[in-house]
Amino acid sequence: MVTGVFHLLWLVVALPAAGAAILLLGGRWAERWGRYLACALPIGSFVLSLILFSTLLGRDGNDRHVVQHLYTWIDTGHLTVRADLLFDPLSSLFLLLITGVGSLIHVYSLGYMAHDPRRTRFFAYLNLFVAAMLTLVLAENYLLLFLGWEGVGLASYLLIGFWQHKPSAAAAAKKAFVMNRVGDMGISLAIALCFTTFGSTSFAVVDAGAAHASRGAMTALGLLLLLGACGKSAQVPLQAWLLDAMEGPTPVSALIHAATMVTAGVYLMVRSNAVLDQAPAARTAVVVVAVVTLLWGAVIGCAKDDIKKVLAGSTMSQIGYMMLGAGLGPAGYAFAIFHLLTHGFFKANMFLGAGSVMHGMTGPDGEGDVDMRHYGALRRAMPVTFLTFAMGYLAIIGFPGFSGFWSKDKIIDAAWHEHWWIGALAMLGAGVTAFYMTRLMLMTFFGEKRWLQGVHPHESPRVMTGPLVVLAALSALGGLFLLGSWIQDYLAPVVGEPPAESAGLPAWLVSVLAVVVVAIGIAIAWLVFGRRPVPATAPEKVAWPITVARQDVYGDLINETFVVEPGRRLTSTLLQIDRYGVDGVLTGGPFAVGAFAGAFRKLQNGYVRSYALSFLGGGIVVVLALMVVNWQ
Amino acid sequence: MITTLCLIPLVGAIGSAIARSRPIALAFGLATLVVSIIAAARFHSSHQGFQETVDVSWIKDLGVHWALGLDGMGLLLVLLTTVLVPVVMLAAWRDHSHGWFSWALALESFALIVFCATDLFVFYVFFEATLIPAYFMIGGWGGPKRSFAALKFLMYQLGGGLVLLGGVIGLYAVQSGSPSYLLTDLQHVDMGTAAGRWIFVSLFIGFAVKAPLFPFHTWLADTTESATPATSVLLVCVLDKIGTFGMLRYCLGMLPEASHWATPVVVTLCLISIVYGAFLAIGQDDLLRLVGLTSLSHFGFIALGAFVFTQEGNSGSILYMVNHGVATAAMFLVVGYLVQRRGTASIRAIRGVEKGAPVLAGMLLVAGLATAGLPGLSQFVAEILVLIGAFDYHWWVGAVAVTGIVLAAIYVLWMYQRTMTGPPDPDPGGATADLTRVEVAVLAPLVAALLFFGFVPGPLLHLANPVSSVLNPSLAVDSAGAAR
Repeated sequence: MVTGVFHLLWLVVALPAAGAAILLLGGRWAERWGRYLACALPIGSFVLSLILFSTLLGRDGNDRHVVQHLYTWIDTGHLTVRADLLFDPLSSLFLLLITGVGSLIHVYSLGYMAHDPRRTRFFAYLNLFVAAMLTLVLAENYLLLFLGWEGVGLASYLLIGFWQHKPSAAAAAKKAFVMNRVGDMGISLAIALCFTTFGSTSFAVVDAGAAHASRGAMTALGLLLLLGACGKSAQVPLQAWLLDAMEGPTPVSALIHAATMVTAGVYLMVRSNAVLDQAPAARTAVVVVAVVTLLWGAVIGCAKDDIKKVLAGSTMSQIGYMMLGAGLGPAGYAFAIFHLLTHGFFKANMFLGAGSVMHGMTGPDGEGDVDMRHYGALRRAMPVTFLTFAMGYLAIIGFPGFSGFWSKDKIIDAAWHEHWWIGALAMLGAGVTAFYMTRLMLMTFFGEKRWLQGVHPHESPRVMTGPLVVLAALSALGGLFLLGSWIQDYLAPVVGEPPAESAGLPAWLVSVLAVVVVAIGIAIAWLVFGRRPVPATAPEKVAWPITVARQDVYGDLINETFVVEPGRRLTSTLLQIDRYGVDGVLTGGPFAVGAFAGAFRKLQNGYVRSYALSFLGGGIVVVLALMVVNWQ
Repeated sequence: MITTLCLIPLVGAIGSAIARSRPIALAFGLATLVVSIIAAARFHSSHQGFQETVDVSWIKDLGVHWALGLDGMGLLLVLLTTVLVPVVMLAAWRDHSHGWFSWALALESFALIVFCATDLFVFYVFFEATLIPAYFMIGGWGGPKRSFAALKFLMYQLGGGLVLLGGVIGLYAVQSGSPSYLLTDLQHVDMGTAAGRWIFVSLFIGFAVKAPLFPFHTWLADTTESATPATSVLLVCVLDKIGTFGMLRYCLGMLPEASHWATPVVVTLCLISIVYGAFLAIGQDDLLRLVGLTSLSHFGFIALGAFVFTQEGNSGSILYMVNHGVATAAMFLVVGYLVQRRGTASIRAIRGVEKGAPVLAGMLLVAGLATAGLPGLSQFVAEILVLIGAFDYHWWVGAVAVTGIVLAAIYVLWMYQRTMTGPPDPDPGGATADLTRVEVAVLAPLVAALLFFGFVPGPLLHLANPVSSVLNPSLAVDSAGAAR
């Protein structure tokens, strides 16, 4: 039932959407105040989301489901798609995450982008992103979700390529969009399959119908949605775009490529829980993709010297944990979302912290330095950044008490109950995470100064450190969601109750084991990077695993060899076929037409047109004559 | 009313040719637009069948009637035509002489008659008549190879027209008693299966050359390369629609049995067109050829939507015709502005335009993403409906067609990356001026339509749905049965 304040649900989306439109159309007129408007509108959405959230909490557990009908989007008489917004426990948490973290990052960008001449456009794109992301999580059917899905893809494209005078940025933007489109094929077909199976893409209809649909259709639907999720969430095999996406300004990496957009695939999986529950094969595929990605990303994170790329690899890996949670079914859905939220806090925190470091390490050329081999001993120069970053660090490695400890631990625990090897691999990933994050901390904030000449690290302005402090607090305290199993109970109306503890390793033992593995990871990192000075240039002669990791586990090479190069060859072959084959057969080839035309011109120099006309006229006369003859 | 609508531009063509005046031509273009809007306002979108009908016996001996009428599909294409003509005239203002404007009006008049004709003979005559202005527009204005392009265009179209004519004669021959070309009469002719299929084949080939579909497409890129962008808009966005329009109205509407019979072959041709056209577009170096070839892919989608025999596929197909017209027109015009500034259409020779001309780059991106079917822009709605229809027909048909969305992203964004991004051209004179206010004003209605109909496709679909439900009577019965 839509009552009271829920009538304003549409405004949550409309505010940032209006901001994007005003800033884009305003041009120079909006130059002076545009960025402040762009910050105010998501904050407005956040306040509204808080009010909506608390109103929803005031309702009875089974009554927390609000659908606001806006208008009928597509109606062919046979199938109907309504533009409906769905506000339920799942979307309410996303609303808070997107508008909350989004607002903080808008404010941070005021400082970070202060000297960019195109900052108004930057803020317009950020607002566009927020509006699209909110559409994605508020949509009540897959087609409207797809609108938001592609909207965030567009915003991501625009923002990765924001500094598009750099060819690398432009190429990265295109790569991200095209790889996402591969995933979109899955969503498009999933939408079509929904229509043919259920006659609708509404979540309500699909959820109700899934139990009665054929196993094959549900497996296909689950796999198609998984393909889409792989694209958006940078899961293997569609992972290669995320590292390149770090070409975008750092607030973009924090908001889009860490906290919100890349987790949309997890949202999609959890939202489709009714389908996955009916498709064990698809769920197994989700688990396999997730485990492969969580290790793949972690391995990449170990070998990168670019601070943003370490964080990007870690994002891949952490989303792998969330996907794992989603693939584990009712035992994991709530924890997937829980980890998504805590990750949103601590990863946004660390990305913004990295941005603050880059800001402080800006060289004489005006470019922020991302190479950690040029950092070192920054904890004194940038105390606030260091302390807030440390909160994020402790959260991501799962230091007991910090938010990531609670959320990751729950997923690993659920994984142990699914199968021992899934649990073991997930735990191994936690150890690797501890290793590469400790490496990042040591290389950046500890050890010797390895600063380049002309670099004078300094703490960032308040407008940047303020959001860092808030996010650091959330990174530390995010575990509170779990208090009294609140999050499981809150999400239960959407994703179902987690099953009661079954036999297997007791939860406390899993926690202890995980902490031990993490401690081992930290220890190894300290032995390698803490005790010895870090070389200012990357060592060239390294063992093969490091080479593999530096090459992003050959993700690009695989794409290049098996997709891009064959595609290029196919294109040039088809061009030849078209020119000499198809055109040749039908018109005697361009040469014949050319020769014919040449002869024509020579003979009738200047009279081609009148000849063509008489050609036409003659044809019509002949035909008319034929008809008259036939008539009798 | 409807005869007036069709003849205003012809009067304008003659008038502006005599007066040698471009403003007069534009005035007539706008007058036609106004009349078409009045016609749209009087149209009852919920009614099936033709409205505003005119039926005057014309050539008694042949049973030819001057019969015109509007259904939803016809009205949509009429509106597309009457909107695009003034827009294109404004875009062509600077570098086209008055003769082009007169031909454009003549083309508009013939195209409107084709879209309104309810008599196959009238349809055929004006189908051929459109070639005359088109030929002169291609041959008279444009690139250095325009004579060749115009000749190739004409040869192809005449060839297709002759095959189509075979079908027209065939329809005459199979009628016993007093012959008639009225659509309503032709639908009830008992011509027998074999004759119906032969007639279908000849009509379909004629339309497939026009639309164009693989393998009848090779005139397309040569034409768009040499013609001016303004001419290309009228050719690809208006004239080529006659092909897919004819498939829906005459192949499906008149020869349903033969259409079902031919579907496997036609669907295959459509799928080839979608994938093949996209690959050819990816491989192009000439911007104008690229835009032309993207349309091959899109016509594959339109014809696919027509021949999968589902209501959503048909509605999507009709909608696609309109939205493709708007999106591709925007694409051609922006590319035209770019080519005009740089003096070349070669992608390799253009780079870093965004830095100096952000508005131009932005327009190119919006138009490009619209042709790539980005949700929120109008072509998406049509494309997803066609995909759903195709998937409904057979899952693998949908699965092949869906690759088009990836390929479209590649040809649009790769082109954008190479021409717009990167450091600006260091050559003196390499800087590109941004769009002027007038140029933005010309593009604005198209971009606004792309956005508006992306979010609110209702008005277009309400016109398309009655037509597609007439074309799929069995389906309507099915769903009625299911409802019970």
